[in-house]
Order: sequence, then structure tokens, then C-alpha cells
Amino acid sequence: MNKHLLSINDVSADDIVRILDTAESLREVGTRVIKKVPALRGRTVVNLFYENSTRTRISFELAAKRLSADVINFTTSGTSVAKGESLKDTALTLQAMGADAIVIRHSSSGAPYTLTKWVHGSVLNAGDGTHEHPTQALLDLYTIREKLGRFEGLRVAIIGDVIHSRVARSLSFGLVKMGAEVTLVGPPTLIPPEAPQWGVGVSHDIDGALPKLDVCYLLRVQRERQRQQYFPSVREYSRLFGLTRERVGMLPEGCVIMHPGPMNRGVEIDSDVADLPQALMEEQVTNGIAIRMALLYLLLGSSGEEVSPDARTDARARA
Amino acid sequence: MGAGRLLDEGEIRRSVIRIAHEILERNRGAESLMLVGIAARGDDLARRLAAEIERIEGTSPPVGVLDITFYRDDIGLHAEAPEVHETRIEGDITGRTVVLVDDVLYTGRTIRAAMDALVDFGRPTAIQLAVLVDRGHRELPIRADFVGKNLPTRRDEDVRVALRELDGQDAVFVEPARAGAPETTGDRS
Repeated sequence: MNKHLLSINDVSADDIVRILDTAESLREVGTRVIKKVPALRGRTVVNLFYENSTRTRISFELAAKRLSADVINFTTSGTSVAKGESLKDTALTLQAMGADAIVIRHSSSGAPYTLTKWVHGSVLNAGDGTHEHPTQALLDLYTIREKLGRFEGLRVAIIGDVIHSRVARSLSFGLVKMGAEVTLVGPPTLIPPEAPQWGVGVSHDIDGALPKLDVCYLLRVQRERQRQQYFPSVREYSRLFGLTRERVGMLPEGCVIMHPGPMNRGVEIDSDVADLPQALMEEQVTNGIAIRMALLYLLLGSSGEEVSPDARTDARARA
Repeated sequence: MGAGRLLDEGEIRRSVIRIAHEILERNRGAESLMLVGIAARGDDLARRLAAEIERIEGTSPPVGVLDITFYRDDIGLHAEAPEVHETRIEGDITGRTVVLVDDVLYTGRTIRAAMDALVDFGRPTAIQLAVLVDRGHRELPIRADFVGKNLPTRRDEDVRVALRELDGQDAVFVEPARAGAPETTGDRS
């Protein structure tokens, strides 16, 4: 594994399997009386969030704490950042304080890459602009594998505001890497023009896509990132691309419904659809903690030296 | 120097049978016993001991499997994080006598980690230790209650246990340490 997790393209298919398997073992920790193991005792994890995010930050915080790491939450409001400190100076400050890992969310695509130039510790991308959100993709892969048992040949539609969605990018790359067939579905204005280069299909007809799916993945309509009018009205969007009760009837038996949250009930998903048993949003949240524990463990639990293939085999044999 | 076979299938089988008898004798039966094997291979040995205890006593103690990876004292010292295995301990261990089971006892660091892990699940009445092979060279004040065989070894040798369940055969080998393998801190047991 690389020292950092900036993009899903930083990890190979083998790495993904290893991350998911490690998360599988770590999920058991959450069921113990004492939900904590000493693996990362004495390490410091900084959550550096330049954008609001309750669920991702809490998930990372809980993950680090269950591994016994010390956690510092650095949010931008009311701190030196609000006083005009640059990302570089903030990074150097955290570096000087001895952060072993920095979890960063930033509204600018590429900010985590820039951060790696200034700090010695591992950098984990918790969402950068409209670029990537690799930990979300990994927890989605975990949830899909848990429910459906495989990736090869799975038919997955990612539906909605793809162009603004870092989740859609990371998840598409991850699913394609694992052998799934991905189709992006949405109005032409919300599908990135370069999408065909990701190795995915594109469709503007949700009703044609639904009957063939194993996974129906809905994206939040990100009105806060939309700087222009991408569709005439929310009502029209919901009528043309929302997962309504009637559309759920078009999904094959066994098809699961997923959403990265937070949901706009009544926009991309009907309220009672979100509460159906095949909707996995709560599982996604629970699995998110295990995935983030696995990543922190795998990144901070290594010495950070280059790994030769021999040493890799040796580590397996020893364990 | 090639690999030398220290124990064969028959010797392993007889050791397991003897340890099962010793566990029952020491604890006056199988009541309130629980066997917890340390992954990997300790759990297979624990299941064999449980089957043997059932044959002798008519009741089978519960068997758990414990992965000690997160309790190791060498996390962050190797190029890659140690691989994680499954942990599954069903039921409450509080008030039970827990017999930890492992294949090889060496530095004692694995057992230290296993005891730390175990007390996170509850408060056992007692913890005992059963191992197939004790190869010496302890780095911590730990000893086994039940030993299949004491095998004096050198530190520059590796003791490798093969079990049918994982490796397709039952045998214990001693072989020269793999070139470049780290010092004892990295080794299990």
C-alpha cells in the first residue's frame, strides 16, 4: 500500500481486497463490550476539515479512537484558518505538533495532494472538491461485497448528480477495477463529458436502466455546488430521475439501494423508499467505521519503508 | 541445511490426547472450561482438544478464536502492517477458566498480547496456556501449563508447525531462519 490514500487509483485490486478483509476483522471490535484495541496507541490522527461534514468526521474520529489513537479535530470556523492562515501554514503547524496522519476534507480538488508535500505523516483524502472521496468508495465496495458476495459482472447504476460527485468518481474507478459493469445515469447536464474514459457506460434513461441492476446507487443533488441551472426544477428532476416507489417495482429481486448520504428525501429518493429493507444506508454508515479503522491501521501500522515483494511474503508468513 | 522434521503426525496426535487429559485433570472436568485458540493454527489445535475432551468427558467446551494482531508490541516496526485474522469469542468468558492454545511458545510476546486481548472480553476466573511446542528463548516471564513437546532450538532457527486443516499435513519442522527475517520481536510466539 502507498503511504497516503488520495485517490482510489492509489490502491490496486489486491490492496482493495486486503482493506476489505481487514475491515471485516475489525468490525468485530465494534461488537465487544470494550470497543477498543490498542493497535495505534500513542499515534496522533488529525481531522482537518475545511468543509462541513458531520458523518465523515465522526466516522474517522470513532475509527481512530477504537484503535486507541489520539484524535484532534481541526475545523476551520473559529480557528486560525478563519483568521486567514494558509493551508501550508496550517499543515506545517500540525506537522510540528507531530501528527502521524492527517485526514483532510477540502473544497478544492487536489488539496490533499498538495498537503503531502509539507507533512511527513500519512494523508487520507476525506473528500476534495469534485475530485475524489476514496474512503466512501471503499465502504461502498465493502457493503456491496457483504450483501452480494462478489464484484465480477455486477451491474451497478450510479444515478444523479455525477458531475459534482467525488463519490461517483471514486466509486466508478473502484468498481471498474474490481470487474463490475458501471452505468452512470442522469440528465446530460449532470454527466461529466469525460465519463466514457472511466470505462463506464452512460445513460439518460433511468427506466431503461433499472430492470437490469444488482446495485442502484443514488447520489445527492448537490445544489450548493451547482453554480448554474443544471435542470429546470427540483420537481422535474425528481419526476425524471428520482427513485420513486413505482421505480423500485422495476428493480429486479435482490437489487440493493444505496446512497452516500445525506439524503434529500423527496428529491433523488422518495422518503418511504429510503426506509425499505433493501436500502442499505445504515449498513453503509456502520461499515464506514470499520473501513476507516482498516485504513488507519494499514497506513499507520507500517513503518513507511519501501516494501519489497520478499518482505511482503515474509510478513504474510509471519502473521 | 534443509528442514528437519521434529514431530510427525502420530506424535502430534498423542500430544493432543495427553494435553486434553491433563487439562481435565487439572480443572477436575470440563465444566466452566473454555478453549481459545490463537489464530492461525492455535484455533485448529483448540478444536482438536475440544473434540478429544468431548470423547473423554462427554461434553465439549466452547471454542473461541483470538487474533492478537492489534495487541502486538511491534506494530509500525515492519514495512507492512501485520495481517489481521478473525476473532470470534461467543458467550461470556467471565467466570470461566480459559485455556489459551497456541502452536509454538517462543518469546512469550504473543501470549502477553493474547492475555491483554482476552481481558477486554471479560474477567476469566483463570487463564491457562497449552502449546504444542515450547522452543525456549522467553523474553517475558511466561510459562505454559500444558506442553506437547519441549524442543530446544537456536534463535537462528525457525520452528514451523503444519496442521492438516491449513497445510494438508501434521508435522513440526525446524529450519534455518529465512534470510532477512527480522529479529525475534517480529516473530509470532
